[in-house]
Amino acid sequence: MADTNIAVLMKGITKVYPNGIAANQSVDFSVNRGEIHALMGENGAGKSTLMKMLFGLEQPTEGEIIINGEPVSLTSPTVAISKGIGMVHQHFMLVPSLTVAENIVLGMEPTKGAFIDYAEAVRITKEFSEKYNLHVEPDAKVMDIPVGMKQKVEILKALVRGAKILILDEPTAVLTSQETAELFKELIHFKEQGHTIIFISHKLKEIKQITDRMTIMRGGKSMGVFNTADVSEQDISRLMVGRDVVLKVEKEKAEPTDTVLKVEDVHYENEYGKKMLNGVSFTVRKGEILGIAGVEGNGQRELVSMLFDMVPPDSGTITVEGQTVTGKGQSFIRELGVSHIPEDRMTYGAAGTASIEENLISDRFEKPAFNKGLLFDMDAIHKTSDQLIQDYLILCRSGKQQVKMLSGGNIQKVVVAREFSCDPKLIIADQPTRGIDVGATEFIRKKLVELSRNGAAVLLVSADLNEVMELSDSLMVFCGGEIVAYFEDTSTLSDEEMGEYMLGLKRQSPEEIRRVFHA
Amino acid sequence: MLNQLIGIIFSETFVFSIFRITTPILFAALAAVIAERAGVTNIGLEGIMMISALTGVIFSAKLQSAWLGLLFAILLGVLTALMIGFFALKLKTDIILAGIAVNMLGNGGTIFVMFLVSGDRGYSANLASKVMPAINIPILQNIPILGKILSGHNILTYFAFICVLLVWILLYKTPMGLQIRAVGESPNAADSVGVSVNRIKYIALGLSGALAGMGGAFMSMGYMSSFNTNMTAGRGFIALAAEAMGRAEPVGTMLTSLLFGFADALANNMQSLGLPQELVAMTPYVFTVVGLAIYAASTLKKNRKKLE
Repeated sequence: MADTNIAVLMKGITKVYPNGIAANQSVDFSVNRGEIHALMGENGAGKSTLMKMLFGLEQPTEGEIIINGEPVSLTSPTVAISKGIGMVHQHFMLVPSLTVAENIVLGMEPTKGAFIDYAEAVRITKEFSEKYNLHVEPDAKVMDIPVGMKQKVEILKALVRGAKILILDEPTAVLTSQETAELFKELIHFKEQGHTIIFISHKLKEIKQITDRMTIMRGGKSMGVFNTADVSEQDISRLMVGRDVVLKVEKEKAEPTDTVLKVEDVHYENEYGKKMLNGVSFTVRKGEILGIAGVEGNGQRELVSMLFDMVPPDSGTITVEGQTVTGKGQSFIRELGVSHIPEDRMTYGAAGTASIEENLISDRFEKPAFNKGLLFDMDAIHKTSDQLIQDYLILCRSGKQQVKMLSGGNIQKVVVAREFSCDPKLIIADQPTRGIDVGATEFIRKKLVELSRNGAAVLLVSADLNEVMELSDSLMVFCGGEIVAYFEDTSTLSDEEMGEYMLGLKRQSPEEIRRVFHA
Repeated sequence: MLNQLIGIIFSETFVFSIFRITTPILFAALAAVIAERAGVTNIGLEGIMMISALTGVIFSAKLQSAWLGLLFAILLGVLTALMIGFFALKLKTDIILAGIAVNMLGNGGTIFVMFLVSGDRGYSANLASKVMPAINIPILQNIPILGKILSGHNILTYFAFICVLLVWILLYKTPMGLQIRAVGESPNAADSVGVSVNRIKYIALGLSGALAGMGGAFMSMGYMSSFNTNMTAGRGFIALAAEAMGRAEPVGTMLTSLLFGFADALANNMQSLGLPQELVAMTPYVFTVVGLAIYAASTLKKNRKKLE
């Protein structure tokens, strides 16, 4: 009775972590051979846990896993790999200083005598690269190649190890629309060769475009399996969050006034001597959301670090309300009314082991309102923090709970609550909704629009093209450390056009770009 | 006096002594390189050297063979390093603390064991221990100047420099080396392809212990012919500095080890010039501090530019 057409069958999977959290509750999950199957759900819905069990990183508390009709016990990734399962993680598992070929053969190196046969490693890389039409440069160091190619290296790593079942964890999160289109072509190619693909994503449009069927998860349970063609985007989002989510952000037309942030002719070369910012000039004004679109690694991160004085520019000036920020330190910049939603919320945005309450007051604990003599005024702190938890819909047992115990979306809400409630004049939002669920995303986007319409200046950096295009009033595109395009009005732009600017295929004239600088 | 000093520096015996003095530092520094590249900081080098120095003396005396003494010194070095690994990787203690514990063991434990074996607390005069042979290299030894500098060294001195090449080959030309570098730089990546991170770390620590063990054996069976309390005198730490300044590259580390060997040799010779002994004895440590300061300043500049 073993149905040989089923590649992956997970039956009655329950996973309870030692801290008592039930991440999966009797989940059934089945994927047919040769299909592209989407696994969808909000953060904390249990998708990652389910996939970790399929890749041997975690073991189920209950339930069984059957691969190609054979019951298996996946005790480690090595076992999973031997069963033909490969996983492409959202955060790439590559060694930056090694070459592409070395990364691909790591752990299964071809040898000549006692030595690595590097020429053979390159040959293997080329063979698979050609067979699956995944172009990579075998001799390049991983740290020097673009994100899209890194992903191909990850896919090749799995294929070289004989993977027939590929798990892709949010593969398009870091790609441009062209790269995404290319990836989809490759995925279809794999499918035609009989490979099975499990595709984890938040992006409804992509799911509709590429997958055959989907499993939707909510709250650790499966909400069912659907044929992609039979469900609408609205249906999917309702199944995921249990209500209709408005994916459009309603906003009035921006009426920008005075300049708040002025960045003028900034240059920066990184530690490897690569020019990361090359003469960048722009301004952000009160009441507008200025977006930065661009493939990651084109100077956005360096720019944001500079705005917060974490790295000094080689030349050029950065001023907030006329005051230069370089060399002034974080507290000075915060005093000027600058808020920061960092890209990496667990490193720069929140202290995981501290409580929600402590995180919420971490920018203002020195204020007289929270102190009584030498000690904290705990009543005032509780009151403020409870109010913020309520206002920002942070789902938690109490303000005393450790931040790291919350889901990604709720952690981000803690960061946002702090950063938005300090009456900011300028908000720097770096990937504010990356990797969080639809509900939290919508909430944060609405808040951002609300604050800008009430007079805050907002600089939005996002790799999610929909997000920058949807939220920004005006938009600039970064490529190779330069601003290559500026659009005063984002409403008429198309993804394809943006992609061409992002990949450096097109650029505007210097006169057009200069419009982003309002002296 | 300056003229005298210059005269010494350019003498054959002085250059000869640089190689001799560099030997234990180089062994330990290479030990630090392998461990560091696998992402384990072996701060217990000093202790391992002490333990191996004593082991070499005891076993070479009991078995009346310098080679067997060396073998046991290496063996004890490996076991001690694996013990650090056991504490850090299995029992999850902090690896720095485990290393410090080994250093204290090396300091106090060796005195205790020597007292048990020889009845002496200061040095191993009662033990008829052996030394590793010196080698005269045919042809080379007859070349003027070069012969006096490069020939006639202890066999371990030659082996230390051969180890630079061996470690380089290991790291860059073998599957093990690739895995060591991968584990040290990005353990998740190694783990994701089924490379056992802990296994590689144990192997790296074991190799590190073997090299440090040879450094220790050289101290008591080449550099000197007996064991003294605290005879390594901080060489294990100087080796860590040499590894850091050499950026954990075998060749770079050899050059920085030679620099420290030079400083040490200079200190030895300055004593003969009538400078106060306490002042002169500081030289290698001053070199270490200055060297590390220069290294730190140069990396700081780069790190400021590093964003993640």
